[in-house]
Amino acid sequence: MGGNYRHIGKATPRKDARAIVTGKAEYIDDFKLAGMLYGRVLRSPYPHARIKNIDTAKAEAYPGVEAVLTYKNVPGWMAGVPYHRPVLDSTVRFVGDAVALLAAETGESADEALELIEVEYEQLPAVYDMEEATRPDAPQLHERIPNNIFPRGFRAIGEKALQELVMGDVEKGFSEADIIEEATCAYENIPNPLPPEPPGVIATWEDPDHLTLYTASQSAPMNRNFAQPALGLVDIRVIGMQCGGSYGTKNANFIPMAHAAALAKAAGKPVKVYFSKEEHFNAYSLRLGSRIHARLGIKKDGTVTAVEGEWYVDTGAVSEMAQVQVAVGLGETQLLIRCPNWNLQPTLVCTNRNPSGVVRGFGGQELNCALLPLLTVVMEKADLNPVEFFKKNYMAPGAGFFWRDGIWRDYRGIDFSEAIDKGAELFGWKDKWKGWNKPTAVNGTKRRGVGVGLHGNADIGEDESEANVKLSSDARAVVYACVSESGMGERSSLCKMAAEVLNLPLDRVNIAPADTLVNPFEFGLVGSRGTYTVGSAVIQAAEDARQQLLEMAAPILGVKPEELDTKDGAIFPKKDPQKKIAWYKAMGIARTITGQGRFETDFSLCNCMIIFAEVEVDTDTGKVDLRRIVASTDCGQIIDPLVLEGQLHGSLGSAGIDTAIFEETVLDKDTGHIVNCNMIDYKWRTFADLPKFESIMLETPVDSHRFKAIGVGEIAPAPGAAAVLMAVNNAIGKRIMTYPATPDKILKALGKI
Amino acid sequence: MKTNRDEGGASQGAATAEKNISLTVNGKRHQLVVGKDINPDHTLAYTLRETLGYTGTKIACDHGSCGACTVLMDGEAVLSCTMLTVECNGRNITTIEGLENRATGELHPLQQAFIDNTAFQCGFCTPGIILSAKALLDKNPSPTEREIKQELAGHYCRCGSQYLVIRAIQSLAEKGR
Repeated sequence: MGGNYRHIGKATPRKDARAIVTGKAEYIDDFKLAGMLYGRVLRSPYPHARIKNIDTAKAEAYPGVEAVLTYKNVPGWMAGVPYHRPVLDSTVRFVGDAVALLAAETGESADEALELIEVEYEQLPAVYDMEEATRPDAPQLHERIPNNIFPRGFRAIGEKALQELVMGDVEKGFSEADIIEEATCAYENIPNPLPPEPPGVIATWEDPDHLTLYTASQSAPMNRNFAQPALGLVDIRVIGMQCGGSYGTKNANFIPMAHAAALAKAAGKPVKVYFSKEEHFNAYSLRLGSRIHARLGIKKDGTVTAVEGEWYVDTGAVSEMAQVQVAVGLGETQLLIRCPNWNLQPTLVCTNRNPSGVVRGFGGQELNCALLPLLTVVMEKADLNPVEFFKKNYMAPGAGFFWRDGIWRDYRGIDFSEAIDKGAELFGWKDKWKGWNKPTAVNGTKRRGVGVGLHGNADIGEDESEANVKLSSDARAVVYACVSESGMGERSSLCKMAAEVLNLPLDRVNIAPADTLVNPFEFGLVGSRGTYTVGSAVIQAAEDARQQLLEMAAPILGVKPEELDTKDGAIFPKKDPQKKIAWYKAMGIARTITGQGRFETDFSLCNCMIIFAEVEVDTDTGKVDLRRIVASTDCGQIIDPLVLEGQLHGSLGSAGIDTAIFEETVLDKDTGHIVNCNMIDYKWRTFADLPKFESIMLETPVDSHRFKAIGVGEIAPAPGAAAVLMAVNNAIGKRIMTYPATPDKILKALGKI
Repeated sequence: MKTNRDEGGASQGAATAEKNISLTVNGKRHQLVVGKDINPDHTLAYTLRETLGYTGTKIACDHGSCGACTVLMDGEAVLSCTMLTVECNGRNITTIEGLENRATGELHPLQQAFIDNTAFQCGFCTPGIILSAKALLDKNPSPTEREIKQELAGHYCRCGSQYLVIRAIQSLAEKGR
């Protein structure tokens, strides 16, 4: 149903395709600056300890060492709200927390010198469970976070930032309900998105007011936007390298950036900090933990009348923006169920595990993965088909929601019922769904079950973007939009949009490097926002440039600009295409034309992803085999079908669907150590274990921009874990309410152990 | 916790008697002096990247469990992070840089198939996967889907490009039939 375009909607080679398949794509570890030093971090072996003494003399004297930093001499930059995350601290709060920083001429000498730093620790009691952490006698992690509970609010997203979901009258809502149930669900397996490329950054100071960062980042400009206030508003130039996978985790992570910048400042030379995979597991930020106790009221027809409960959010030892993740999560949950009466109270608790951070899903996946199993409890009592429940409850024209800033939005997007129906049809839901707690098929010890999940996000229009498009007289165009490439193909998609507007061959349009020095303002590629937000800015800039070009040609061709058209570098009257002139005739050789575009935040549209799952459970072993996934969405207009399909396939890993059955970070609660901190013990799906995966990508035009498209990449995994958990529960006829449904939990539920 | 990345020069701590290692990479012969150009504890992945500049070879886990560092050694796909360079004397290595015809700029059919099918997202695992696929197709020009999946089972791809990778390889496998 999509539009008929020259480039848009067609599969075209990614702009960086040749570089990727020939090994020339430049990732951060492939790049060196002259005189660059190698930064290393000494890490804590204890989950909670005070540094009583630290002696760096031997390390400082080691050949090749140029800088050693401890909490005593590190710059006083701080992150988090309230400020609780210094570059280094005298207290360490998780196993892997930074104790000291060191930079040396070679990696080998840095590693050797690091072992010469002598530290005397006073061990402190640690706490890992959220509810235990909030008790009065619990160990306290931060002076600025009393009782280990984060204060609410995050002014950067508005004075009324959504920090609780309170609306309507829950008592009235419960009085209208046919069924009321109370339950708890936990999505606390803190899975690791684990991009193949570890996090890394190179920092170099040109002078005390100019810092340059080379980053492996999903959103290079976000490093400048977020780090500038913390670093005393110095000028930060950020250059985005090819990024070897992010899944939300490599946007603007303060700690590696601050470590590299602090070492570079101390040494007076460029410093690279590049995590080993061991550090990537142990010392980098992971997903928020999420646990809900809630009471839900529902009518027999599937109308949700009231939700009341507590949402515990585990931030780990530190968090840079958990309050924003909570605000977005509370917004997204209103897209899932249109309930008029809410009282959902979040409590953000810090514990002595890895820091939490930005991960694909950003609060919404964490909340809905815990809420959806609770909804199945009331759906079961009402004997409702979950597909019908979702169709009735998902955001649709005529409804609205409070978004992250606490402001109500009337939804003005499309109805996603068709995407739900088409997905159900392809999956064969009607035949496979046998009712709650009923397997689809039983064959000896093998039991099959099906499940469905749904998720949406209104961040597809979040925050601001600017773009310029420059035309040169040789009939080429360059897009200036500060967009990194971490796998979504967005840089190529933006070139396609500009090429479509300018009617140029795609190879005539390129995009400038993701460099904040040369590009206008950009927020970053988060929340599936690139297609709508950056896309709008690029389209507007291309249209502006085209208009300027036609205005220059008009007097030469003796017609009005609006009577002209351009194609493949020629300008001609629409009525007389033979009377054409080349771009350079209109603009002259020694000139470029620059068009400008800007996008302003719009929270009135959302996307939607539905995932259907079929599993087979072996009731003797408890092993779950994910057999089939159908992912269905309506994205308005496909920009590139293969890129979109790839995004949907990405729902399996990156802390997505497989968090329902085997992906988890296992913490030893006696020592605070992660016990599966390598790529053998941390389980991941291999090529040999791929389920059958089918995608439906509908194109109902959305009132977004010229090409009627919206993004959907971020949320692809979000509904999947709940769908798979539902499928497992139906297969075994028992209810498991904590992720992941590992064999031990399944055998226990079946009464076999 | 030890941070075990090992970039940097080979000058420090090299105590082994001088010995030459001969390594042919993408048809070019390299003479490496142990203790000078390389250290005995340098992995092949490290030498390829840091000493010889073949940075198309990627290191992710550095412990032989993700496949990113895969290169061809005498035609076999091997994990270059689990081999010491000093063990590779006389070996013939192909890295991702060696697949393109440098004189004509022509890509290997596998590289073209990966481009045509957008069989990558972030691209970090791509060089290793293409080299494993080459080793497979060289031995078995018409592998089944199951054979492709088994051959690539050691490759960690987190973006979810596995399905399009299989499609890309199958497009060539069909030609091989």
